[in-house]
Amino acid sequence: MKIIKQIGILFAVCWISQLIEYVLPFAFPASVIGMGLLLVCLLTGFLKVEHIQEKADFLLENMAFFFVPAGVSIINYFDILKSAAVQLVVICVISTVITFAVTAVSVKFTIRLMNRRKS
Amino acid sequence: MMEELLASPYFGIALSVAAFGVGVKLNRKLKTPICNPLIIAIVLIVAVLLIFRIPYESYNVGGEIINMFLAPATACLAVAIYTKIDILKQYWLPIVIGCAAGSAASMGSVYLLCRLFGLDESMTASLLPKSVTTPIAVSIAEPAGGVVPITVVAVIFTGILGGIFAPLLIKIFRISDPIAAGLAIGASSHAVGTSKAIELGEVEGAMSGLAIGICGLITVLFSMLL
Repeated sequence: MKIIKQIGILFAVCWISQLIEYVLPFAFPASVIGMGLLLVCLLTGFLKVEHIQEKADFLLENMAFFFVPAGVSIINYFDILKSAAVQLVVICVISTVITFAVTAVSVKFTIRLMNRRKS
Repeated sequence: MMEELLASPYFGIALSVAAFGVGVKLNRKLKTPICNPLIIAIVLIVAVLLIFRIPYESYNVGGEIINMFLAPATACLAVAIYTKIDILKQYWLPIVIGCAAGSAASMGSVYLLCRLFGLDESMTASLLPKSVTTPIAVSIAEPAGGVVPITVVAVIFTGILGGIFAPLLIKIFRISDPIAAGLAIGASSHAVGTSKAIELGEVEGAMSGLAIGICGLITVLFSMLL
């Protein structure tokens, strides 16, 4: 019953997020609304982590599995993939290095500024 | 008769679980980030469908049921953020600035490279959110006219790159601060990179996990502005 309750809570959060997505005047992904909604519920104490712990651990630990069908649908797009495989690899490599560097350097810089202010 | 059985939702789900199980086993044995369980599972299932001439639609009857769990799984990232709320409160400024700069750098560099290579609108839309975690990347790419499986492949590939090269990048850019290193790993290579960050240290792991959620949110906001 404990797990059923947790599934119920999480699915309810997701359903309410879909409702919010439908009502919002602009496009915003329901899954991200769900993340925000759940965070607000936890921060305000409306929900406690214990209320959803096991189910959340189950979903987070097995996150990759839920993407298997989405990935398999690549079977329908082999042509597009073949036509741009080299570009895809180059883009991924270059932008990953740039993202890493920009994030690390800006964090380093901000922390250094904060420390200078303090002292 | 066989066709009807293959179109049963149980078939797609059982095949997915079996393929993913093989992927996890291989990953544990070989211990290299190239053997990502998700990639192994996808390759195995695609091979099975092609070899036995099973229509994708039959497999996807079960596949759609697994898809249904993506939204609750994304929502649960909130639990991961909530458990690290103390670090978030203490270092919120560098975290937010770093994630915003990283997300902007990721989208900007992908956009420019797509233009440089002359890729079309739909390809660009598929690749733009590739540095964030899969559920968020998909929910950004899909309404923008992207091809979801290409987004999924690009996201996983990016994650694997981060997992492999994170230690090297830390050396090249001389990142001695574990907070900066963790955030950079999470911002550039989401959950797959985070599994590497956890190996590097506790702070790196927590920061990387935090960056997944925050970069996801920021990337959604950026893509709405575009």
